Amino acid sequence: MTGLIAFLVGLVFALGLGVGGMTQPPRVLAFLDVAGAWDPTLAFVMAAAVAVYAVAARVAGHQAHPVYAATFALPTRRDIDPSLVGGAALFGVGWGLAGLCPGPALTSLGSGAPAALLFVVAMLAGMMLATRSQRRVAGLVAP
Amino acid sequence: MDSSTILPALAGGTLIGLAAAALLLLSGRVAGVSGIVGGLLAPQAGDTAWRVFFVAGLVAGGMLLPALVAEPFRGLDVTTPARLVAAGLLVGFGARLGNGCTSGHGVCGVSRLAPRSLVATATFMATGALTVFVTRHLLGVLP
Repeated sequence: MTGLIAFLVGLVFALGLGVGGMTQPPRVLAFLDVAGAWDPTLAFVMAAAVAVYAVAARVAGHQAHPVYAATFALPTRRDIDPSLVGGAALFGVGWGLAGLCPGPALTSLGSGAPAALLFVVAMLAGMMLATRSQRRVAGLVAP
Repeated sequence: MDSSTILPALAGGTLIGLAAAALLLLSGRVAGVSGIVGGLLAPQAGDTAWRVFFVAGLVAGGMLLPALVAEPFRGLDVTTPARLVAAGLLVGFGARLGNGCTSGHGVCGVSRLAPRSLVATATFMATGALTVFVTRHLLGVLP
């Protein structure tokens, strides 16, 4: 059941990205081009997604547990630390360079385009580098 | 930008929100793509299959998109391979370091007014816009 749900969620998520224009880098870049020919389309994508999800989040707050799982696996941290800000900052730079982020990039693999594969491979490498460097830092500061 | 882009944007965002809502209410998980993929890079028994199914769903959705949307991947190769690799590395590294991306922080976190997500989203929006400004308007290297 978990697998089927995950697959269908991914499928609809991808359709949403595509219908909303997130899989078109020029549209994403135009959204980030605040000083130029600004395209606010993506603001509407995010606004709609946030509005719908906010309702779900409230409903979830009243549920003892998810329908098909024992517990909710939600983030609990509330601290603002350098990793959060630094990571987000770097993420934004990458996003602004090619107009792609994880969801649209993986969705684009469905197109068979080499550009999508290139980005995804680099993205996975970047993820592994982050995990490795975090472990190294943890090793340095651990008693 | 006009109604021909606003309506699909709202529709796309709604689909994204619904997909993420389903994952939350049914499986108790955050639809943060970088987090879901990140968990695959350090696989833990019993926590891997659903992630694979989710990614498979994204790719399957991508394969379906051309039937629903005209030019869903328009401009995927708008930038050079070198920039795609640099962008991918930064997006992957930054997302892991910052514990999230546009879906995890931008949609799921912001909807819950989670402080970390509000800060992360504001940060990557800012550096994303700054990057486009520098590359497009100062350096003139992006299309």
